[in-house]
Amino acid sequence: QLPPGLYKKVLVILHDSILPYMNEPTLMIDFLTVAYGIGGAISLLALNGLFILIHQHNLEYPDFYKKLYSLLDPSIYHVKYRARFFHLADLFLSSSHLPAYLVAAFIKRLSRLALTAPPEALLMVIPFICNLFRRHPACKVLVHRPNGPGDLSEDPYIMEQEEPSESRALESSLWELQSLQNHYHPDVAQAAAVLNQSLSEIEDDISGLLELSASELFDKEVKKTSANVPLEFEQVRGLFGKKNDIFADHFALD
Amino acid sequence: SNPFEVKVNRQKFNILGRKTKNDVGLPGVSRSKAIKKRTQTLLKEYKEKEKTNVFKDKRFGEYNTKISPEEKMIKRFTLERQQNYGKKNIYNLNEDEELTHYGQSLAEIEKLNDIIDSDSDTEERGTLSAELTAAHFGGGGGLLRKKASSGQEDEEEEKPKSRKELIEELIAKSKQEKHERQSRRESALELTEKLDNDWKEIQTLIARKPPKSERKDKEVEKPKPDEYDMIVRELGFEMKAKPSERMKTEEELAKEEQARLQKLEADRLRRMRGIDEESKKKPSHVSADDLADGVLTGFLYGQDGKMNIENEEEEEDNEEEEDDNKEEEEKEGEEEGKEDNENEDSEEESAAEDEEDVAADNHSDLESDLESEEEAAGNKEQKKQKTNENESQNMEELDPKMEAAKSELPYTFAVPESYEKFKSLLAGRTVEQQLVILERIQKCNHPSLAVGNKTKLEKLFGFLLEYIGELATLDLPELKTIDKLILPLYNLCQMFPEAASSSVKFVLRDTAHEMEEVIEVKGRAAFPGLDTLIYLKIISLLFPTSDFWHPVVTPAFIYMSQLLTKCRITTLQDVIKGLFICCLFLEYASLSKRFVPELINFLLGVLHISLPKQQAQGYTVVHPFTPVGKNSELLLVSDKKDLESWQKQNLPLSIVARLKETGRTEMNHIRLSCLALCFDLIKRCAVLYESLPSFHEIMHPVKILLTQHVPVNEYPEQMQEWYHSALKELENKEKHYTPLICEKEKPVPLKQYTPKIVKVLEFGRKQGGSKKEQERRRLIHKHKREFKGAVREIRKDNQFLARMQLSEIMERDSARKRKVKELLGSLATQEGEWKAMKRKKGKN
Repeated sequence: QLPPGLYKKVLVILHDSILPYMNEPTLMIDFLTVAYGIGGAISLLALNGLFILIHQHNLEYPDFYKKLYSLLDPSIYHVKYRARFFHLADLFLSSSHLPAYLVAAFIKRLSRLALTAPPEALLMVIPFICNLFRRHPACKVLVHRPNGPGDLSEDPYIMEQEEPSESRALESSLWELQSLQNHYHPDVAQAAAVLNQSLSEIEDDISGLLELSASELFDKEVKKTSANVPLEFEQVRGLFGKKNDIFADHFALD
Repeated sequence: SNPFEVKVNRQKFNILGRKTKNDVGLPGVSRSKAIKKRTQTLLKEYKEKEKTNVFKDKRFGEYNTKISPEEKMIKRFTLERQQNYGKKNIYNLNEDEELTHYGQSLAEIEKLNDIIDSDSDTEERGTLSAELTAAHFGGGGGLLRKKASSGQEDEEEEKPKSRKELIEELIAKSKQEKHERQSRRESALELTEKLDNDWKEIQTLIARKPPKSERKDKEVEKPKPDEYDMIVRELGFEMKAKPSERMKTEEELAKEEQARLQKLEADRLRRMRGIDEESKKKPSHVSADDLADGVLTGFLYGQDGKMNIENEEEEEDNEEEEDDNKEEEEKEGEEEGKEDNENEDSEEESAAEDEEDVAADNHSDLESDLESEEEAAGNKEQKKQKTNENESQNMEELDPKMEAAKSELPYTFAVPESYEKFKSLLAGRTVEQQLVILERIQKCNHPSLAVGNKTKLEKLFGFLLEYIGELATLDLPELKTIDKLILPLYNLCQMFPEAASSSVKFVLRDTAHEMEEVIEVKGRAAFPGLDTLIYLKIISLLFPTSDFWHPVVTPAFIYMSQLLTKCRITTLQDVIKGLFICCLFLEYASLSKRFVPELINFLLGVLHISLPKQQAQGYTVVHPFTPVGKNSELLLVSDKKDLESWQKQNLPLSIVARLKETGRTEMNHIRLSCLALCFDLIKRCAVLYESLPSFHEIMHPVKILLTQHVPVNEYPEQMQEWYHSALKELENKEKHYTPLICEKEKPVPLKQYTPKIVKVLEFGRKQGGSKKEQERRRLIHKHKREFKGAVREIRKDNQFLARMQLSEIMERDSARKRKVKELLGSLATQEGEWKAMKRKKGKN
């Protein structure tokens, strides 16, 4: 058992500095499964090594997707290894043989968690979800349910359910992305609005979006120039002088 | 002509504007013409085929059309004479041969001509009568012929009249004519004179003025024009006073204001929804009509934009007039403002009035005199310039004295060149004075007054912004001053939106890059200073935060989101700053109801740190908050006494700038105020986002925290009120989910082509293509036509020749037949004669 810092360091370099040079990479199976079971960032990092073992060394991992599903928690949009995780998740979910309920559960969970995500993560995850829809057209009921029940009083999806098959994701709809259409960032709002229309056939390339950072977003917006700048027409009365100013209720100018 | 010879090409359609040249044809005529032409050329050629000897016409200039027949004759004559001359000595026998013309010697005729010429010259220059020319040039024939045609029989009888007699007659005739003409002219003159006299007599009766005076008037008119005329002309040249708009009543003003606000609001809504104007107005298929529309609207929009700004400026002026009594004097309309300013200022500071002031006043008096004149002519522009010049003069005069009267405010200011100068200008002044200074700088350097003023004032915005930032970073932030300085900042921003936006963006970019660098180095960042917070607040005041995309507001949004997610929360100030930014977010999104996940996350985190350390259950806090850690009890207040003594207070912003370690109790009170603020913000968020479809999912963690973890009962009553109002807002929202349905795909419209309309320059011409291409096509077309025509001509020629050959053959044949017949006939007669003779012989 290693301390968490060392654990992370080892796992970060495992897939390209250790595994290729091992005679018996399968010896790492136990190590990686344990690491995968720990949870949090370590699980995310162990994923990469596991992927290589599954992919190249015929590792059978029972309930792999269930485990992956349970890895999705609010922090995945905020952690440092976001790009790496989503790159792998994209690989794992690219198989067209996955059952629709599983993909739907992933979509639903990702979008539910996206409600707390920063814009740079949203800009990545929305095309990611769109790609999932393209690969698994059976999941499109999440955005298009023409003959469904009228109004529901509860989202059928059960967030707390660990088992993707029991989460009733296919009965739900993607209200989360509909909410994100009101996101303050114009690009996010536009990206989310894509789901209103039927999707185009070609998948979006998300490799460029994985590494997006907040400062890049800021720079992009700041560099945009516009010919005319709309102005506030309400006459100012002072720093907190607006109508119904929140600040006037809670802050004092001294 | 003969209707049977005319062939009419009937047109099926009448096409307007097309000129038809082939609607009537004369086939018979044209055929005969063609045949005639062929007989003249082709036939001749045919007949001269294989014949080498040619007839040559060696007469001088026979085929030269350039020489007129007269010249030709003269030349031929001279040539002939030359030939004769050469031969004369040797062969010509009768040397003194007299040349005659119509039997008269030429010499004689020449003589006579001379006489007539001299005569006619005196009479009328240049004009020759027909008879005369006939007599001179047409030869005697013309004259004679004319006589014959006139049909005067008696003269015809006298035909053998000699030439002399004829000439004499002619002269007599012309003389008579001349006399007649003269007499006619004389009589006309007499008549006009008489008429003049008559008119003068009558004139006295008709005209009001006596004829004498009138005559005098006529003479005088030129040197001395009428005074009235002068005035009229002057008025005509003078600028006409334009009708000014009438004063508007209060109601009208109110109505206008309302309309303006409505328009602006509609505009804002459009921008909020992010409807792209250009894409809306520029359909993929551009037809002529659409283009015109787009152009028009674009144009209008541009105009509107301009007008808006102007309006707003006016509005500002008006409003300020009403609102700020203090600043009323300065805030009046531009024109009067200046005069008033000077007058009032001189009143205010009469104690310290110095010579310059008097001088200035004198100036202004003079000036006002001038102005009143000019105003009559309605020339405001000039006036403005004049005042400006005057003031700049004043300024120059005042400058040296400024040191002496430093405590007073000068009337005019140049725009400071650098920030240091700007700061020194404002240093040591009270807030009111600073405002007045800014006001005057703006007035004196209004962009309409001089060319460079615009850039100067644009710089002023940047200085002011920097100044505000500096005020905010002081140890004791002068927030009251900033509060006042917002107004000039707003005014400047309204004047120069582009410059203002770029300088605000510059400030934003600087702070954002600073933060990024810190993050790169340390891995985390601290909350920025109060100045940045103030800047972000100012952005919400200057720019519409509800726009879908805005060059300043959108980066500000992103920056704030970075602040909430990247900055570590280690102290109470950080919490306050974070809550301040949450307030900003709420304010930014208040109209557009945009969803800000960071805001909810942060509020959740703030609630979390107000709880005693525990394992978070049912909710997850995200970065920068951690479920467990040293800062996870930052807002926890456990002191009962402090809890009870707490009163809701507005958080003073100055504690953000410096740690005010006054005491545990006060710290605890601030903590509780933060918590109350957090509850209020949650409530506001709940109100704001209730329309979002996944409202409950968004608020779920907050709700769990509020209902399950917050120790409500330990809170003082006031806090419980806050808590319950927040919880109420969260809970009384209906759960309502409608399954999503994609928007129906719009049916792809059939492609419809509006007719391509091109300018028609000439009918029947093919259009399109480049100039070169057009030229090529034209040449090809021409060649084709010419080629066809040539082929047709050749065919016709051949036909004609064949016809000719046939007729020749026929002629030849018939001639041969005739000859054969003749021969046979003669032979028959011969035979008959022979037989007859034979019979005779036999009888005999």
